Amino acid sequence: MKPLLQVIDVTKTFDAGGTSVRALDGVSFSVSAGECLAVVGESGSGKSTIANIVLGIYQPTSGALLFQDKELPDVRSLALKQAIQLVQQNPLSSLNPRRSVGASIRLALDVHAIGDRAGRKARVGELLEEVGLPADYADRSPAALSGGQRQRVAIARALACQSELLVLDEPTSALDVLVQARVLKLLADIRQARRLTYIFITHDLAVVRNIADRVAVFEKGRLVEIAPTADLFANPSHPYTRRLISAVPVTSRREAELRDRLQEPLDADL
Amino acid sequence: MTAPTLAIDDLRLGFRGWAGTAEVLHGISLHIAKGERVALVGESGSGKSVTARLVLGLVQELRGARYSGRMAFEGRDLGTLSRREREALRGDRISMIFQDPTSSLNPVYTIGTLFHEVLRRGNPGIGAAEARERAVAALDDVAIADPGRVLDSYAFQLSGGMNQRVLIAMALANSPSLLLADEPGTALDVTVQAQTLALMQQLVARHGASMLFISHNLGVVREFADRVYVIYKGRIVEQGPTEGLFEAPLHPYTRALMAAVPRITGEGIPEIDEEQTGFYDPLVAHPGYSEAELRP
Repeated sequence: MKPLLQVIDVTKTFDAGGTSVRALDGVSFSVSAGECLAVVGESGSGKSTIANIVLGIYQPTSGALLFQDKELPDVRSLALKQAIQLVQQNPLSSLNPRRSVGASIRLALDVHAIGDRAGRKARVGELLEEVGLPADYADRSPAALSGGQRQRVAIARALACQSELLVLDEPTSALDVLVQARVLKLLADIRQARRLTYIFITHDLAVVRNIADRVAVFEKGRLVEIAPTADLFANPSHPYTRRLISAVPVTSRREAELRDRLQEPLDADL
Repeated sequence: MTAPTLAIDDLRLGFRGWAGTAEVLHGISLHIAKGERVALVGESGSGKSVTARLVLGLVQELRGARYSGRMAFEGRDLGTLSRREREALRGDRISMIFQDPTSSLNPVYTIGTLFHEVLRRGNPGIGAAEARERAVAALDDVAIADPGRVLDSYAFQLSGGMNQRVLIAMALANSPSLLLADEPGTALDVTVQAQTLALMQQLVARHGASMLFISHNLGVVREFADRVYVIYKGRIVEQGPTEGLFEAPLHPYTRALMAAVPRITGEGIPEIDEEQTGFYDPLVAHPGYSEAELRP
């Protein structure tokens, strides 16, 4: 499949107070059109930095990004901003509390001049229905919604832009398990219906196992392993990946068996 | 038989606001036997954290809190204690580990000063030198490599995992009989969380403390607890032994909860019924695990 996004040898260093931190160190990977690539790692692994670079919020110190075979400039055009959208972790802080939910979604339509002005109100209602909320929720403020509903609004706002690539930064980690399951289902359905491409950033490997096509594992700014999901979980090649999977708290005996099997070579090393 | 470390009977709590009273707990009963690790599992807003705060006596200080029911610690009714007696229990016989390790340590004092304060609760006359010695030993127990440096640092200079260990060391410093842990490790990375929980498990066993473990993470509960209470909207809906409850959940709510957890063996995204039927069904206790059967 042809790659939608190529990240080529990207390095990012941050300088602060006389010391410099290398947040990303020679990272290269590509994202095919229509796939869901999970980016996993612990805090400080550089997973949010790569998201911000893909979105154009940070510029890479060296290296390049190709989007649809064209190099992404440091300053993004409106069309490129429209093509790559973000869903953040905490929907309460990513939605303006003084703006109704409908106005937040409409803003995306106005900025990118999508549809004719008269039709935009109806379009907002359609988008809300697409994410499983009643169209009349457009008049509500974010404070009047539950966490799961807010996250649905944030997803609707990203969908409003008709983007091709969605960067999802821990989209379900602030949600309760029952709500998380529904939001994950929604994300999977939307990806199929709209043929979207996802970069799914998370620390939760159990979620990754069930939503991603491929997984990229980051450790301290380096990409240590990238593999199709089933292969990675059946046979992780890097010890860090092994360690990460075997630290996941599990709820069933079958999972515990898988985990213990992955744990064994680690114990042998000690 | 001796009295359980903690016994709660028909605990009810409401907060009075301008629009009437919001009921938070609808009569929950639970107990923790000596040396037992008991988990209270539920989603956000189910009333799990507020239960721990009631035991500590923190909620009672709030205006507008209306509560009833009986809480007994080692056979002493907490409701009949004076404020001073209650305060003497806190930090000494009953201690708590809060969710966010960094924000529960005062940023203007060094860890050493905070540790001295904790040790003074158990032994008011303890001097700075002796306190430091005991603090070093306690930090050593939680696998902190350089206790001296940590004691001279401020909380914001240490990592989240390090702060969590400091808190565990502090909570166990006075060998409490009851440790309340509210989502310990939730703010940490998985590998650090696994290490921290393993460490806590060893230490709790060594000190012979009883523990109330509050969490929304079912996987963590399965690994940590002997016995589980599942709480939904202020009601206990299921109780039983950890193994039995995870292998064969009985209550519709517990079943839905278990089904919603994604598995690392990859069974796809869990299907959740939109219908939430049976979530308000009465309490289901596993055979031999009801309050009446377990308590003497």
